[in-house]
Amino acid sequence: MTATTTTGPLSSSTHDAHVAGLEPVLTARHVSIEYEVDPPVLAVEDVSLTLHRGEILGLAGESGCGKTTLAYGLNRLLKPPAILRSGEVTFHDANGTDIDVVGLTGDSLRAFRWDRVSMVFQGAMNSLNPVISVRKQLGDVLTTHRPQMGKQERAARSAELLELVGVDPSRLDSFAHELSGGMRQRVMIAMAMALNPQVMIMDEPTTALDVVVQRGILREIMRLRERFNFAVVFITHDLPLLLEISDRIAVMRAGQIVELDTSESIYARAQHPYTRQLLASFPSLTGDRGSFVRTGVSQDVAEEEAP
Amino acid sequence: MSSLEVRNLVKEFKVRNGMRSSVLRAVNDVSFTLEPGRTIALVGESGSGKSTVAKMISQLETPTSGEILLDGAPVGRRGRGLEGYRHQVQMVFQDPFASLNPYHTVAHHLERPLRIHGVASGDRLAPAVHELLERVNLVPADVYAAKRPHEMSGGQRQRVAIARALAPGARFLVADEPVSMLDVSIRLGVLNLLARLQREEQLGVLYITHDLATARHFSDEILVMYRGDIVERGPSDDVILNPQHEYTRTLLAAAPEPSRHGRLREEVRAELAAS
Repeated sequence: MTATTTTGPLSSSTHDAHVAGLEPVLTARHVSIEYEVDPPVLAVEDVSLTLHRGEILGLAGESGCGKTTLAYGLNRLLKPPAILRSGEVTFHDANGTDIDVVGLTGDSLRAFRWDRVSMVFQGAMNSLNPVISVRKQLGDVLTTHRPQMGKQERAARSAELLELVGVDPSRLDSFAHELSGGMRQRVMIAMAMALNPQVMIMDEPTTALDVVVQRGILREIMRLRERFNFAVVFITHDLPLLLEISDRIAVMRAGQIVELDTSESIYARAQHPYTRQLLASFPSLTGDRGSFVRTGVSQDVAEEEAP
Repeated sequence: MSSLEVRNLVKEFKVRNGMRSSVLRAVNDVSFTLEPGRTIALVGESGSGKSTVAKMISQLETPTSGEILLDGAPVGRRGRGLEGYRHQVQMVFQDPFASLNPYHTVAHHLERPLRIHGVASGDRLAPAVHELLERVNLVPADVYAAKRPHEMSGGQRQRVAIARALAPGARFLVADEPVSMLDVSIRLGVLNLLARLQREEQLGVLYITHDLATARHFSDEILVMYRGDIVERGPSDDVILNPQHEYTRTLLAAAPEPSRHGRLREEVRAELAAS
């Protein structure tokens, strides 16, 4: 990241020491993504980021900061009017080969997506197809990407996947509306794990769920990560949650990563004013009552941005 | 003494399951009193019945049994009594993107309740709209009055929703998850606004949420709901810092707490190592 023309994200020496021995799995260099509307909107501006094998990287920022757009860029899911203006994305396969993600087309792109990098989408509550069963939806992934698999093998793998995420395999014949929100989310995670990907991108995977269910799912993700050692890009605006689960956190604002550091450093020694502002937006559950509490300060709209 | 009291509120829903039908008791014997200048937080997970309580108080659902009393008098089902109740008790909904009409200006949204509730009319409307906008800190008021919902951020929209609730002269607000759809950086601004109104204008606020941290900091009393029952109640600090009921402890353990960073990872590793 030394070759950046603009100033890179703030980070600490602890961070440099932390990443020194790690093996990268996905590298993005100088990625810029633009929405070709009138006037054009530069949603992601010169972002460089390295994801390491088996780590959880939190991507924090508020709506409209470009975090979902960046995730779509990493996974080649951008649809017009969004376009990757410049930059490169490289996937370092476990077998030692490097894949130029931006250059993939047709069959090679199809073979890459979901197999190496899969995604749990935002609003996953509504991402399941309402008119086909869970069995069919999980089977669909396997028929597409593992055509050599027999019917029985597929059924066995589907059942195994549900068990992995803590859903009873008898639910294979259920439809989305018969499952609770938490279960639907677990099925989405099972689907993302179907092909043993090396990277999973999770876009607000627990935002619509209440705290108790949310905790159960986070625990499941952490457990599966320990077992299968995939790397996770975890996108959310919930910074306290990220602090609890991530190894490192990238704070994004207006298309740029303004700070990138280990969770410990972000919590203890945030450098960027915006990160500090985000941290101060959460009252602590058990700590002292902060100065912001019930002050009714007149500047309470000052920090709001225009839409 | 003016107050909004709910007494032994019960709500049952019929649930059809194929040919059979059963009864689901969504709210079971809930009682509390909301006083001016105080905030009560009603917390619990989804499906605990907290929104059903809100709907009964705002007269969007009819209680199966139990009473709602305003200033000691039962609330009428229709006519004058109900109208009077609606002057005093208003709602702020969760989603400010859905609760404002995209075709109309902010002024329209505020003029309607002012007219309907007989607070102002004719020449007095515009100044009344201005005053409302100033109370929720949307200044300069004439700029905001002319805006439409899409020209504002979520936090600004929620302020309009609060102004609309205040328009009839409400003394009690039922705020059902008023900030959960907003970006974290603007949540505190909206909550601070509610806190200021509560304090300076002696508003009684029922704050419904699943966020324990803001419940603690923005309310005087917390009621914890679980499967229709209030399982624990008390002054906010007592409930959060010294929870008695097991369910309250579960809720507390599930809430993210930045100071416990890395803890979940350690727990999971320990569990895996043990198995």
